[in-house]
Amino acid sequence: MAREEGALGRYRWYRSRESRIAYLFLLPAIVIFLLFTAFPFFHSLYLSFHKWSILTPNKPFVGLGNYRALFANADFWNAVKNTLVYTLGVIPGTTACSLGIALLLWKGIKGRNVLRTIYFLPVITSLVVVAIVWSRIFDAQYGLMNQLLDLVGIHGPAWLYKPGWAMAAVIFTSIWKNAGFYAVIFLAGLHGIPDMYYECAKLDGANSIQQFFHITMPLLRRLTALVVVMLTLNSFKVFTLVDVMTGGGPMRSTETWVNYLYRQGFQSLRMGYASAVAWVLFFVILLITLFQMKYIGGKRDAIGQ
Amino acid sequence: MPSVSDNARVFRKSVGLTLRYVVLIIGAAIVAFPFLWMIFTSFKEPADIFSRTFRLFPREWNFSNYASVFEFIPFASMYLNSVIVAMVITISQLFTSALAGYAFARLKFPGREVLFYAFLATMMLPEQVRIIPSFLLLKQMHLIDTHWALILPWMAGPFAVFFMRQSFMDIPQSLFDAARIDGAGNGRILFRIVIPLTRNIFLTLGIFTFMWSWNMYLWPLVMTHSMSMRTLPVGLSMFQNQMGTNWAALMAASVMAITPIVVAFFLAQRKFMEGITLTGIKS
Repeated sequence: MAREEGALGRYRWYRSRESRIAYLFLLPAIVIFLLFTAFPFFHSLYLSFHKWSILTPNKPFVGLGNYRALFANADFWNAVKNTLVYTLGVIPGTTACSLGIALLLWKGIKGRNVLRTIYFLPVITSLVVVAIVWSRIFDAQYGLMNQLLDLVGIHGPAWLYKPGWAMAAVIFTSIWKNAGFYAVIFLAGLHGIPDMYYECAKLDGANSIQQFFHITMPLLRRLTALVVVMLTLNSFKVFTLVDVMTGGGPMRSTETWVNYLYRQGFQSLRMGYASAVAWVLFFVILLITLFQMKYIGGKRDAIGQ
Repeated sequence: MPSVSDNARVFRKSVGLTLRYVVLIIGAAIVAFPFLWMIFTSFKEPADIFSRTFRLFPREWNFSNYASVFEFIPFASMYLNSVIVAMVITISQLFTSALAGYAFARLKFPGREVLFYAFLATMMLPEQVRIIPSFLLLKQMHLIDTHWALILPWMAGPFAVFFMRQSFMDIPQSLFDAARIDGAGNGRILFRIVIPLTRNIFLTLGIFTFMWSWNMYLWPLVMTHSMSMRTLPVGLSMFQNQMGTNWAALMAASVMAITPIVVAFFLAQRKFMEGITLTGIKS
């Protein structure tokens, strides 16, 4: 009896000591998360129900007023529309380029590593530098793009100063920057396919085109779906590229959701209204993420590791 | 002797392969050309840049563009800001997430599951949603326009915690049992056994975190305002707005801004690719 009690006591002592150490180890991370994730999460919800310019001390409660104003605002819908245009341009372009690079690089190419390194360079390059360099390349008169087009007799537009063309230039730059990243993901997926499948297909007399449609494509479908979701999430949060290349112009034709948020929050100082903009964005992102978790699963599953 | 159909197949195969090389090389040229253009433009004279006809190489090599960057903007202090911010964020994220990851992977305590899933859930909250309240909080703490405003919120990251936990869980239990029998405490086990065993993970995660923080834009744009507190990306963007017509200096600054990461990339390519593919989901 006494021995049992002693053992139990020691066990409890050990467990509580272990717990104390665990909480101690977690403390730094928890403090940072409470301050800069949990608190901002609720605070921004709170702010979105208030009207507040940061300069004035009073912060009247307006209920859903900000949300109502938001949904009635043409500039907001313009930003949503531009975000969708950007997303719809970036998804097919980036998916096609990255899948193409991965499939071409995959097997039997000499110098594969050198090519892969080159394709990966834009990925590690600072986005701001990419945006700065490409805005010069898209310069109407002295930019590389139009000078090259001139060589083949095409007179290029003033890319960044014409609505429509500006968004096209931003989308193009985004594809250029990110294709290598998704290509590496696709390559990882392709290397996950067992060679056995192809050997069996060869024995059955399938040619390489048949092999592609009957083995490679079905196995890559999940990974492709995941890439599309990642591209969607990243596209909805696009800011830097637009801010540096066009500043949202010309005539707000490239102003995206986050650019609009930034303008409202930090230039017009409408903190409450901008918080509502952020919360609607968060809601959309949450829906996409939940959709991904339900129907596609994580990246590790998709790559098959 | 090969039959006609064999010949046809060999021919088709070699045409296919040639075509693949051609497409790949054209693609690589499209990727590489802007870099070359940036580098060569950074050495050009204004008259050379603003000419209507295309010319890749400078007529005369002008090295003074690089020096002029330092006259237009406090480039050195921007560089230093970027280095400080990226280094401190990287080291502290590795530290906090190693501790937290160890607790989640190897210690039993009440609320472990709940806490872990709470951490995971925070990954879904984009910085764009947190930025306004974080700005207000940092303002209250009088930290706006200091390094702390850029560092403090990023000293721990849910992804890093998740990543560490996963890799610590893969270590065989027998190692821990042996260490405990030898009388090692948790701190000792973490720093003497677990971290040395998983140093590859640390390197991968470290590279990724460093690169991510080196390239941060929206956060430092909001949290700093004096020119000398700006990090490189924001500083470059400001430089573009003010001195947008001085392409040579702008390109020279760009070249200098990307050099450390590019050099590091060539030194540790494999780690970079691993880091980006494994941790890419964060961004």
